[in-house]
Amino acid sequence: MPLLKDGREIPNDWVFVDGDAPIEGVRAVTVPLERYLADVASYEGRNAPVGVRLQPEDDPDALVPHLDRLELIEISFPKYTDGRGYSQAQLLRRRHLYRGELRAVGEVLRDQIFYMNRSGFDAYETARADLPSVMEALREFRDAYQPAADRRVPAFRARHGNL
Amino acid sequence: MYRYDEFDARLVGDRVAQFRGQVARRLSGELKEDEFKPLRLQNGVYLQLHAYMLRVAIPYGQLDGAKLRRLAEVSRRYDRGYGHFTTRQNVQFNWVGLGDIPDILEFLAGEGLHAIQTSGNCIRNVTSDHFAGAAADELMDPRPWCEIIRQWSSFHPEFAFLPRKFKIAVTAAAHDRAAIAVHDIGLRILERNGVVGFEVHAGGGQGRTPLLAAKIRDFVPETDILDYLEAVLRVYNRHGRRDNKYKARIKILVHELGAEEFSRQVDAEFAAQGGHEKIALPQAEIDRIHAYFAPPDFVPVSAEEAALFDAAQAADVDFAEWCGVNLHPHRQPGHASVTVSLKPVGGAAGDATAEQMDLVAGLAERYAYDDIRVSHAQNLVLPHVPVVHLYALWQALEAASLATPNESLITDMIVCPGLDYCNLANARSIPVSQAVAQLFAETKYQREIGRLHINISGCINACGHHHVGHIGILGVDRKGEEVYQISLGGRADEKAAIGGIAGPALKAEDVPGAVKRIVDTYLSLRRGRDEIFIDTLARTGMEPFREALYAAA
Repeated sequence: MPLLKDGREIPNDWVFVDGDAPIEGVRAVTVPLERYLADVASYEGRNAPVGVRLQPEDDPDALVPHLDRLELIEISFPKYTDGRGYSQAQLLRRRHLYRGELRAVGEVLRDQIFYMNRSGFDAYETARADLPSVMEALREFRDAYQPAADRRVPAFRARHGNL
Repeated sequence: MYRYDEFDARLVGDRVAQFRGQVARRLSGELKEDEFKPLRLQNGVYLQLHAYMLRVAIPYGQLDGAKLRRLAEVSRRYDRGYGHFTTRQNVQFNWVGLGDIPDILEFLAGEGLHAIQTSGNCIRNVTSDHFAGAAADELMDPRPWCEIIRQWSSFHPEFAFLPRKFKIAVTAAAHDRAAIAVHDIGLRILERNGVVGFEVHAGGGQGRTPLLAAKIRDFVPETDILDYLEAVLRVYNRHGRRDNKYKARIKILVHELGAEEFSRQVDAEFAAQGGHEKIALPQAEIDRIHAYFAPPDFVPVSAEEAALFDAAQAADVDFAEWCGVNLHPHRQPGHASVTVSLKPVGGAAGDATAEQMDLVAGLAERYAYDDIRVSHAQNLVLPHVPVVHLYALWQALEAASLATPNESLITDMIVCPGLDYCNLANARSIPVSQAVAQLFAETKYQREIGRLHINISGCINACGHHHVGHIGILGVDRKGEEVYQISLGGRADEKAAIGGIAGPALKAEDVPGAVKRIVDTYLSLRRGRDEIFIDTLARTGMEPFREALYAAA
């Protein structure tokens, strides 16, 4: 499935390993939150990185002690109408200042990507939107009314010289 | 009234362009209907029984002549020459074409109007007191905070895919005309030791599970309110139920957790916000928005002019009757707030023709400081009218069937569009309201009965607010037959209550007679004219009414 990040389509080097399935070979993987928390000590010294895939009901606060070593957190949208992932992203980026990649996976549609971007996502795995349309979606609004996890200056500050 | 600056104009313009693209992709088939649906809903576009319906936002019910005229023009150019004003202070156009909607939105944007988040599982139009800025019983004008909340909630990236829709209402008056107890969040503006703040209620709502909001905070200072609202919304977004559409409103979460636990979770989320996460609205922005709502330059009304007003009432009994019913006390001497009734006997509640809208727009400009409101009771309001203009105003309204003297009387019913328009409805609402109104058409009779709110919904989604009607009428489908359930004792004000079902449902043709028997019972039981229907009912309980209702059956 195409992976879009930083204005480019990039190869996806990561594999999601669900449940307790074995991790085969030396490759970058993401695992469910519960497994990550249980096994995190064993990932020390591994030759390829381990990331996490959050499901909508997961509490991202559980990752706080590990954020520095995480290169990738995937947030899953089993249904694009399930908006919990936006709150998870805001918590990771704004509250906990997570700096690694935050990738939207699952039902990721073109018309959700603008809000995903504002909520802190920087990568989108999607079969339903090509690169030009995603780039267009990201430019659809020039302003924002409220602060979020992106760098847009909210109108209430911009109006007063970025007060 | 708030006026768009370059930022507002650009945001709304960008939204129109975005939706134009989405409609094009829908029409080309690139977007599937189920993918398009949430997008169109967040732009106020419903697919109804006969056509697409467009719901245009009227933030906290605020209009002026130019805006109302623009709505009239939309109805003329793109619809069938009328619009329907709703219980959420919005307006709906029932017969628009999907392909026209981007043009309509662009046309509306030119006058500072939009349809953003008037539907969908997001934060909806903020509603408020239709007498805001005018009412004698108001602590302060709630509209600046409504506008601040409107901006904060518009295009909020975190809260566009909530479990379900989310409605916020704000009041600042002793008498709650914004029905805050039946909103997802109800805010009451208070002042404590010189600090403005909000009493916060959460978890109210109607629909199939009517619940009154619980107070979750006594006082949130104004500087914290947006952060506090974010905390409420985040707790709801993360923990509200998504397994069942009918259990997805915040009221169910508040109810299942208990108000105390819910409020604890919100407090914990609020406390967890770091300094860098705080919205920290600059004082300059708070002041900027307040400045738009400065009271008009009220003209002084001389004793002679006031005497003219009295003389006109003495000379014209119909005018006097209207003044006795449709005027509301204003805090400025020599002024009144006027209800322009959209409930003529035989009409459809809340409907106004393009010509009527144009007329009210012109009258507002000429006589009423160019200020117009939509009330949640589906009427229009001219909040500031010098009494010296009332006679001319009334004559003009009267000539356009806009001066029915029935504000808060029995024919001032709240009525949803029902099965005549809506694809959710089980039964018709409008014909039932018309049949009831016919029975009570005489003004003298209505005034004798006094304040009595009848609310009618055509299905359990309760858009006609039947749960909080003094008399509630709910249309249901019983094996293919439209029948109507009567409830008694609901109210939406500061003494909010959910009505109780009186008994078995009635056939449509039996509803007017049933209402008549309820009214007769009230008239026979009341302790004088000061005891309005709802107070008599509270005193006697439902039994005598139930008996009168079903004795004949």
